[in-house]
Amino acid sequence: MSFLQIKNLEKSFGATRILKDVSLEIEEGGFLVLVGPSGCGKSTLLNTIAGLEPITGGEIRIAGRDVAGLHPSKRDIAMVFQSYALYPNMTVSGNIAFGMEIRGVPKPEREAAIAKVADMLQIGHLLDRKPSQLSGGQRQRVAMGRALVRDPQVFLFDEPLSNLDAKLRIDMRTEIKRLHQRMKTTIVYVTHDQIEAMTLATKIAVLKDGILQQFGTPAEIYNNPVNMFVADFMGSPAMNLVPATIGTDGNALTANFEREGRPAVSLALTNPPAGLAAFQGKQVIFGVRPEALTDPDGADRNASSTATADLHIEVVEPAGSDTFAVTNLGGKGVVARLRADANVQPGTVTPLTFNLTKTVFFDPATEARIH
Amino acid sequence: MATISVAAPRVAANPRATLQEWLPKLVLAPSFALILLFVYGFIVFTGVLSFTGSKLLPDFSTWVGFGNYVRLFNHPNWITALKNLAIFATLYIVVCSVLGLGLAILLDQKIRGEGVLRPIYLYPMALSFIVTGVAWKWFLDPGIGLEHVMHSWGWESFSFRWIKEGKFAIYTIVIAAVWQSSGFVMAMFLAGLRGVDNEIIKAAQIDGASTVTIYRRIIIPLMRPVFLSAFVVLAHLAIKSYDLVVAMTDGGPGTATWTPALFMQKFTFGRNEMAMGASSAIIMMMMIFSIIVPYLYSELRGGRRQ
Amino acid sequence: MSAVSQDNATRTGIFARALIYSLLLIFAVYYLLPLYVMVVNSLKPLDEIREGNMLNLPRQWTIAPWLSAWSTAQIGVSPTGLKPYFLNSILMVVPAVALSTILGALNGYVLTKWRFKGDTIVFGLMLLACFIPFQIVLIPSARILGLTGLAGTITGLVLIHAIYGLGFTTLFFRNYYEAFPTELVRAAQIDGASFFQIFRRILLPSSGPIIVVTVIWQFTNIWNDFLFGSSFSSFDSIPITVALNNLVNSSTGVKEYNVHFAGAILAALPTLIVYVVSGRYFVRGLMAGAVKG
Repeated sequence: MSFLQIKNLEKSFGATRILKDVSLEIEEGGFLVLVGPSGCGKSTLLNTIAGLEPITGGEIRIAGRDVAGLHPSKRDIAMVFQSYALYPNMTVSGNIAFGMEIRGVPKPEREAAIAKVADMLQIGHLLDRKPSQLSGGQRQRVAMGRALVRDPQVFLFDEPLSNLDAKLRIDMRTEIKRLHQRMKTTIVYVTHDQIEAMTLATKIAVLKDGILQQFGTPAEIYNNPVNMFVADFMGSPAMNLVPATIGTDGNALTANFEREGRPAVSLALTNPPAGLAAFQGKQVIFGVRPEALTDPDGADRNASSTATADLHIEVVEPAGSDTFAVTNLGGKGVVARLRADANVQPGTVTPLTFNLTKTVFFDPATEARIH
Repeated sequence: MATISVAAPRVAANPRATLQEWLPKLVLAPSFALILLFVYGFIVFTGVLSFTGSKLLPDFSTWVGFGNYVRLFNHPNWITALKNLAIFATLYIVVCSVLGLGLAILLDQKIRGEGVLRPIYLYPMALSFIVTGVAWKWFLDPGIGLEHVMHSWGWESFSFRWIKEGKFAIYTIVIAAVWQSSGFVMAMFLAGLRGVDNEIIKAAQIDGASTVTIYRRIIIPLMRPVFLSAFVVLAHLAIKSYDLVVAMTDGGPGTATWTPALFMQKFTFGRNEMAMGASSAIIMMMMIFSIIVPYLYSELRGGRRQ
Repeated sequence: MSAVSQDNATRTGIFARALIYSLLLIFAVYYLLPLYVMVVNSLKPLDEIREGNMLNLPRQWTIAPWLSAWSTAQIGVSPTGLKPYFLNSILMVVPAVALSTILGALNGYVLTKWRFKGDTIVFGLMLLACFIPFQIVLIPSARILGLTGLAGTITGLVLIHAIYGLGFTTLFFRNYYEAFPTELVRAAQIDGASFFQIFRRILLPSSGPIIVVTVIWQFTNIWNDFLFGSSFSSFDSIPITVALNNLVNSSTGVKEYNVHFAGAILAALPTLIVYVVSGRYFVRGLMAGAVKG
């Protein structure tokens, strides 16, 4: 039974459509991440779930209840903001207690709740300080404490880690994940960072220009992107997207890559997607992630279908744990991820193995996946 | 020239470099010197004057010590002036602040036509106090102003003669002064309100606070610096107020609306009591400085840390 | 504030908004009323004012009061109207504004880009000078003007206003230039530019907004000044504010209210026009002068 349901959501500001027919859901205790580039509507979507923005069409249900028109304070939600939004003129305990005061919770209960949350987040020693006296990470935790003390049905996070420096961001990310495992509350989390999305989510919704691109588990999003945008946006380093022409060698379909000043590379596709047959003689976009293109000795031996080709290496980037090699196919730079000790030199030709079980194909006109 | 302590000059490679090094201070120097003389020098002059027995002209030969100050504080006109200042300043500051804050809050509610309303509230600031004084003087005059208007509309028993009554005349000055300055206070508060982080408001809404509570417990407390700035500016204007009083009542009826500034002018140039005038000016200055100096000191020190 | 909820919001929302708009409108009337009264009554014949109602529109429109205020009204001993004093004000304001603005700009430049030991004290003293009650400098100023033969002249007034305006103009420019990146100045120094070259070619071109703000502020304050005007001027150099006060408060004869109002509007016109035209900059000036200290 899904806990949070969004059906055909429409949101417009005047004449501009911000969110277009968005539908998704998350089960109780799940961690839904809304991810996408700036301006894709993810924060607006979060605000409509919170009730801070009215919706133009569609439906939002929390625990089966239609929340349209319901004031944010009545939706049993709590929110952590990008700028933390702590009340500057109140102490930390004042900040945490404010919502409870408004709801008329008696003082002893308030104190107990504050103590419990302070203990959980290790901010007990900060209770008498004002927000201006706290560091970024401390403010972050107070903001979470304020949300936790509400004990809501759904937690909403609006890019909470964007204002932190890199190391702190990774530490806080782990803390949030730990908190989720402990509290098992449903979370909706907005970020533009796809690594945060991948590491934290049980379900990811990728948004672009107000349209839901794909909704699925991290593994699905990563391995089975439904279009070129999702394939390119998720994963770091990004997936290689290369133009190729589909041909045949008599037995099976082949993917053929032009190369400047060199003969074309042809890969025999032993188990291509069914829809690819219709593209024989035409151009497609061939997608392969760097980790699926590697030196033959380092390749996955369990892969059921592979193809190896001799490729000219242009640049070698030793990164410590891996070595990245850049070659050129179809006029584009293609990044391959090799073992750290692989013996590759720029300017030489070396065999590289494609793991064909992990490659994907896209229609260049629609940018949609070819299945 | 001035009391600037100069950093140790580097060894100059050529005369041009030395000139360049001194040029900034040279450029600043005339202005600074002028201010030292015309402001601080003159303050000292007036201060010394207040200890003499000068009547029509400065006369440094007669020394009376604090005699003038004693006479000052025993003088009924000065006491009246101080009382008027207390009433006027308090009402002026409080009413302007409340009105300014109120109007700013109203305007902050996403009002259509804000672009028209705001200039209307603010334009009185562009007027001379004399113009304001003239307008309100006749508007509050019983003969042709408000009282007369009410009578001609049939409300025969309406009476508004404050401007002619000793006890109430000072309040008419308050009305005119508030009219002039509250728009400016409103502009300050509006800027302050707009500087509040919107996400704080959202968080308070999620916490369930009503709009009134949000203003009362979160937004208005955040306006403390604006209150302070407004207070400093208004207090300073109140102590200095002279033009408005001259235009509206010229201190009348009788001496009912005398203010310290008026006292100084009348005694120095009207009654040939220059030394008394000087001492009244010194007292005025001390009042202003007791507010401004701490304020400026804290502002400059805080600013330096940036 | 973002628009919040929709629960029962429409009903209470409309009521609340009606209340807000009516309050705002009532206060708009409060602010506009004196102006309305002045304009309307400046176009009435005198008996209509005395017999009639101040708030009524003129039954008989006449511009005679305006003509009188401008050229024939009795100011002090001469029946010249306000015209000569209007001109006096212009002759006084323009040089004073120019002088104090230029000096203020240079001072601001030095104080922010050519720091030296004790510059904060210097600035502090100049800033404090903005707040003195001018009564305290009246007597010595009068002496100096007398000694230099400038007493009762427009030149004397120009100097006084320029000097006492220095505090504010320096404050405005100093705050503005503080935010201006110092690296540009250093880069120009490395390129060999001199003190004045840097000012002229790097800071000045970007100074548009603050020059406008400063000029408006100084213009408004000096034009509207009464204290210095009444203390240091004599028959031929009286500025318009003093003349207006003489017109209104001379106790001889019949009070010609309509002429008074016309005169007041004449005196207020320049600053009002400046305000209407520049709006935003005017406010910026008020804020900069007040909030920063």
